[in-house]
Amino acid sequence: MSYRKDMIWLAFFFGVLMFAPMLLPNNYYLTILILGCLHAMNAVGLCLLVGHAGQISLGHAGFYGLGAYTSAYLSTTVGLSVGLSMLSGVALTVVVSILVGLPSLKLKGHYLAMATLGFGIILSILFNETVDITGGPSGFVGIPRLSLFGWELSKDVTLYRAVAVMLCLFVWLSFNLLHSRVGRALRALHTSERAAEAMGVDIARYKLLVFVLSAAFSGIAGVLYAHYLTFIAPSSFGFMFSVEMIVMVVLGGMLSVPGAIVGAFFVTVLPEFLRAFENIEILLFGAILVLCMMFLPDGMAGGWNKLWAWGKARLSGAAHG
Amino acid sequence: MDKAILGCSGVAVRFGGVQALADIHFAAEKGEITAIIGPNGAGKTTLLNVISGMVTPSHGTLSFEGRDITSLPAHKRAWAGMVRTFQNLEIFSNMTVLENVTMGCHGRLTVPAWHSLLRTPRSRRLEDEVRREALDALEFVGMSDLAQATAKDLPFGKQRLLELARALAARPKLLLLDEPAAGLNIAETQLLADLILRIRDTYNLSIILVEHDMELVMRISDSILVLCFGQTISRGTPGQVQKDPTVIAAYLGGDED
Repeated sequence: MSYRKDMIWLAFFFGVLMFAPMLLPNNYYLTILILGCLHAMNAVGLCLLVGHAGQISLGHAGFYGLGAYTSAYLSTTVGLSVGLSMLSGVALTVVVSILVGLPSLKLKGHYLAMATLGFGIILSILFNETVDITGGPSGFVGIPRLSLFGWELSKDVTLYRAVAVMLCLFVWLSFNLLHSRVGRALRALHTSERAAEAMGVDIARYKLLVFVLSAAFSGIAGVLYAHYLTFIAPSSFGFMFSVEMIVMVVLGGMLSVPGAIVGAFFVTVLPEFLRAFENIEILLFGAILVLCMMFLPDGMAGGWNKLWAWGKARLSGAAHG
Repeated sequence: MDKAILGCSGVAVRFGGVQALADIHFAAEKGEITAIIGPNGAGKTTLLNVISGMVTPSHGTLSFEGRDITSLPAHKRAWAGMVRTFQNLEIFSNMTVLENVTMGCHGRLTVPAWHSLLRTPRSRRLEDEVRREALDALEFVGMSDLAQATAKDLPFGKQRLLELARALAARPKLLLLDEPAAGLNIAETQLLADLILRIRDTYNLSIILVEHDMELVMRISDSILVLCFGQTISRGTPGQVQKDPTVIAAYLGGDED
C-alpha cells in the first residue's frame, strides 16, 4: 500500500473513531471502545516489532503494566501530578525496555522471545507480591482520573476522544516509519540479517529502536489505562495478555497496521460475548491462532485483499460475460 | 602497496578443528578485478566472508584503503564502501524489486531515525533521492521494467541481477562477488561477464570475485589468487596461473576432491 492510501485509511479511521460515540446506546459500549483503542496501541507497536522486524516479544504486557503501575504509584502514593506521573511511567518503560533489549537483541534466533517471556513473568510476580507498593492481587485502587494540563477529563466521551487521538497519532508515526528507510531496514533484517548487514544496516541498533518504540507505545497505553479505570490489578498484565497481543497482530495479518487494529478490537469485543462461558476465550484464542496459521496466513488484512480481488474479478467477469 | 584497495596479511580462520584458512596474504589493486579460485572447500567463500566482516579471523589483519578494518563490524565496512553479493542469493524476498535496490543506499544516504518517524521534509527529500538512485541502478542492469515486481517472483537469473543492482546502489569502492555465475546458463554467464566489466569501467571500482566458472574468471580477471585447503597455492595473472603446475595438480591431479 502506498503512503497516500495509508493516509486515506487513517483519515477514514479517525472519522469513524470520532463519530462512533454518537451511535453508542450507553457507557458500557464506550468502555469497550476505550479498551479497544488501548489494546490497538499495543497491537500497532507489536505489528512493527513482530510483523515487520520479525522479533517476537512475549512480554509486552509487562511494559503495559509497568507504565500503569508506575503512574498509579506516583500519582496516588507519592502524590505527584497526574501529568508528571504519566510522563515518568512512560520514561521508566522506555528505560527498562532498553535494559531488556540491549543484551537480548544482540543474539540471533528466539532469544528475545525467551528474554521477554521471563521479563513479563518477573514483572507479573512483582505486581502480585509487592503488596505495599502495588496493592498485590487485590489491585491498586483510588488512582486519579486522567487530566491534561490541569484539566480533568471527567466525562468518558472526552477521555475516549483523547485516547482515540493518541491512537491515531501512533498509527501516523507507524505509517511514516514503515514508508521510510527505517521500515525497509526492519523488513530487510526480518528476511535476511546477513544481507541487511552487508547493505550497512546496523542490525542491533534497528532492533533496539523498534523494540523500544513498541514498548513506549505499550507504556503509554498502560498509563492511559490506569488513569481511565482508576483501578488496576495484576491479572490485566499477565502472560495471557502478552499472548492476546500476539493474537491481535496475527489475526490482523502481521504486516498490516489496520489489520492489527481490527484484530485488537476483535479480541477486545469477543470476550464480552462470551461472558456466560468462563475462560472459554483462552481456548478460542488458541483456536484462532491455529486457524489463522492454517487458512489465513496473512490474517484478516490478507483475507480482505483476497476477497476484494475475487469480487473485482467476478464483477469484471460478469461485465464481459 | 599504496595502490592496493584491500590488503590481507596473515589471515587465518579456524572452525573447531578445521583450518579453513591459513596465513593468507594478498592484495587487491585499485580498479582491478581480482579473482579467488580453487577446488571445492578451498576456503574461497570463507575468505570473502572475512573480507566482508561476516567471519572474524583468528589471526591476521585486514586493511581497506590503507585503514585497518580487522575489527570493523560488517555494516560499518559497508559504510566504508565495501559491498558484497551472496552465493546463495540473499534477496529480500517479500519486498519489491525497487525496495530491494533501495536497501543498497541504506548506509550511504541517511537521515536520523526521528526524521523518518515524523516524515520531515528532509526525510521526504531523501526518500525521493533514494528512489531515483535505485531506479538508476536498476536501469544499469536492465531491469527497470520489473521495479514493482515482488522479488521472490523473479526467475533465478533476474534475482542474481537484482543482487548486483542492490550492491551497485551502494556505490561501493570495492565490490565483492560470491560466485555470481552459479546457476546461470552459458548465455547468461556471457552477459554477466560483460556486465561486470561494464560495472568496473562505469563506476571505476575494484572487484573481488569468487568463482568456479574458469572461462569467466580467465576472461575478466586482472589477477588471480588460487586457494587449496585453505592455503595459497598460486598467485598471478590468468596466463601465469593457468600454466602453474601446482594449480593444474590441484584441479586435475589431486587425489582428494
